[in-house]
Amino acid sequence: MATETAETPPAPPPVSAVPGAPDGAMSGASAAAAEIERRATLKRWLLSAPALIVIIGCGMMPLLIILAYSWTKPAEYAGVIWKFQPDAWVNVLFQEDIFSDALSPNWAYYSIYLRSVLIALQTTVLALIVGFPTAYFIATREERSRNAWLFLITIPFWSNLLIRIYAIMMIIRDEGYLNHALLALGLIDQPVPIIFTNYALSYGLIYAYLPLMVMPLYASLEKLDFRLVEAGYDLYASRWKVLWHVIVPLVKPGIVSGSILVFIPAIGDYIIAQILGGGNRMMLGNLIAQQFGTARNWPQGSALALTLMAVVMVALVVYATKTQRRRAA
Amino acid sequence: MRFQDGAELTGLPAVEAKNVTKTFGAGPDAVVALDNVSVTIGQNEFFTLLGPSGCGKTTLLRLIAGFEMPTAGSILLEGQEVAHLPPFKRPVNTVFQSYALFPHLTVAQNIGFGLKMLGRRRAVVEEAVTQMLKLVRMEPMRNRKVHQLSGGQQQRVALARALAPHPKVLLLDEPLSALDLKLRKEMQIELKRLQLETGITFIFVTHDQEEALTMSDRIAVMSRGKILQIGTAAEIYEHPVDRFVADFIGETNFIEAEVTQRIGNKGEIRLPSGIEVPRELGHQVAVGGKVTLAIRPERIDLVRPGAECQLAGKVENIVYFGTDTHFHIDLDCGGDVTVRVQNRRGHQDILKTGDAVGLRIAPEAMQVLKD
Repeated sequence: MATETAETPPAPPPVSAVPGAPDGAMSGASAAAAEIERRATLKRWLLSAPALIVIIGCGMMPLLIILAYSWTKPAEYAGVIWKFQPDAWVNVLFQEDIFSDALSPNWAYYSIYLRSVLIALQTTVLALIVGFPTAYFIATREERSRNAWLFLITIPFWSNLLIRIYAIMMIIRDEGYLNHALLALGLIDQPVPIIFTNYALSYGLIYAYLPLMVMPLYASLEKLDFRLVEAGYDLYASRWKVLWHVIVPLVKPGIVSGSILVFIPAIGDYIIAQILGGGNRMMLGNLIAQQFGTARNWPQGSALALTLMAVVMVALVVYATKTQRRRAA
Repeated sequence: MRFQDGAELTGLPAVEAKNVTKTFGAGPDAVVALDNVSVTIGQNEFFTLLGPSGCGKTTLLRLIAGFEMPTAGSILLEGQEVAHLPPFKRPVNTVFQSYALFPHLTVAQNIGFGLKMLGRRRAVVEEAVTQMLKLVRMEPMRNRKVHQLSGGQQQRVALARALAPHPKVLLLDEPLSALDLKLRKEMQIELKRLQLETGITFIFVTHDQEEALTMSDRIAVMSRGKILQIGTAAEIYEHPVDRFVADFIGETNFIEAEVTQRIGNKGEIRLPSGIEVPRELGHQVAVGGKVTLAIRPERIDLVRPGAECQLAGKVENIVYFGTDTHFHIDLDCGGDVTVRVQNRRGHQDILKTGDAVGLRIAPEAMQVLKD
């Protein structure tokens, strides 16, 4: 028996290898069975190999490289010197005094973290407020026209995000179409500054990520049993109460996944903040880009990127456990 | 219990539909679901809307609940016009065919939902929930989720949820159709008990004639958007107004006959066998006119051929049903009838397929239908 199993690859062990067959009974039949089992295992590995190569090579390796970089010393002209140095991680939270080496809170970074989180939250909430009625509208159309509406929602995704953001810039800049129109109508005397404000940044973020909110919401709303909505109306719930006490709890999975899908790219956004926020509206994404670019501090950029990832993951875990506990209760 | 309030004393009907028409769609595709329907349903009545699917019974129920607006006509609850009110402003609750229980809430939360939406204090809601759970005998299930309940239990929760806010009228949309036969029989008795205990007006929609006959104070038989007949179970079964009603409720034999004499309401009709029978003629049929007679299978006696009988024929088929036996008789004068004989002394092999028999029918068992 031992010689038979030794032929099979070490891991994972064959699932259905004849267990506990008495040694004396090890005949040609069971040897053939072991051979079939060995081939099946090999086939499973070969079939999953492409996926494994992609996941390990393109997903995990870059992360591991970043993790390694974050503990090294920055080289003078970009890149890293392979020498252990935890400074990048210290700098995520603290600032070293140039003269005394004393640590003080890194307020400049804190304000960027805070702005990133707040803007991402604001984007998520506004996308939900805009996206929910949109998804509800589509889900309550006739079955034939629903796909057409979804198609309309996805059309912007077909062109490059950068181009679309520049197009927004053309509309909202001081000499843009919007200000021209308002001036022509006599509603304002001089151009209203919109671009390079938080409003412009929010607008760009919501515009870019709204479809990511609408899609999962639609998927949930489309499955909603509208007889339950009728039951709510029948039991003295007004339209708002039905929304709050019946529809929202039932489409919660859609709300959660939509919010996650918007929050994650919004908190890590780089392009939109760069173009619509101007240089002075820095988000975490811009800070990271700066470290790899002009600041030439790759370890710092790596540490910040991993910090962002950790924050998002913690937020997701907290969210997941919280909703799960409520469901179990 | 606070099931009734002052309105009952006014003697107003619980629900009144006046010339209600409901059309779905527009133009050439328009479907008339209800065609000028009027009905008055009294306080504390168990009223059943009975008819085949697509007859408009559910539409009428949904109009009373407020889920649909009438195209024409008015709907009154205790004398108050409600056709313009949304469902959440009508003192009416519905037990849905699918139960439509909220899957994200517990049994108790489902039952308390209506009162909570009405803004009642928590203590009041809790008390009502406890009372309702007791009423439908579901106390141990209080904190279960809906998906942990069987079909029959979900049915009881749906009933309790609809009864908890003490509606003036309870609407039941084929609530028993998803249950198996035994449970359905149990729930029929249960529903009747609940109606008597609560004193609430029940409007029950069904396509099952047996359900309608066993539970209702009055029944409205509907077909193609119209009410054909309203009456007690016995009235509708014994005196159906037309062929559709006679055919839909129970089994019926139809026999063509000719009016030979008429004096006032009384007259004589000639059966296809040539025998003349005295019969009251309710409506305008002239001498020589054709009428259809409806005769229930259990109102026909099988006798020896040649004895005093109105019709004669041969036994074509015998079906044993346990409590009774059905004899399918080929009439000598053409056509066939079904005769139901109770097996009061057990199964008897007196008659065999092919035997000649006589049929004796009391004149009052022959119901003259309008065509």
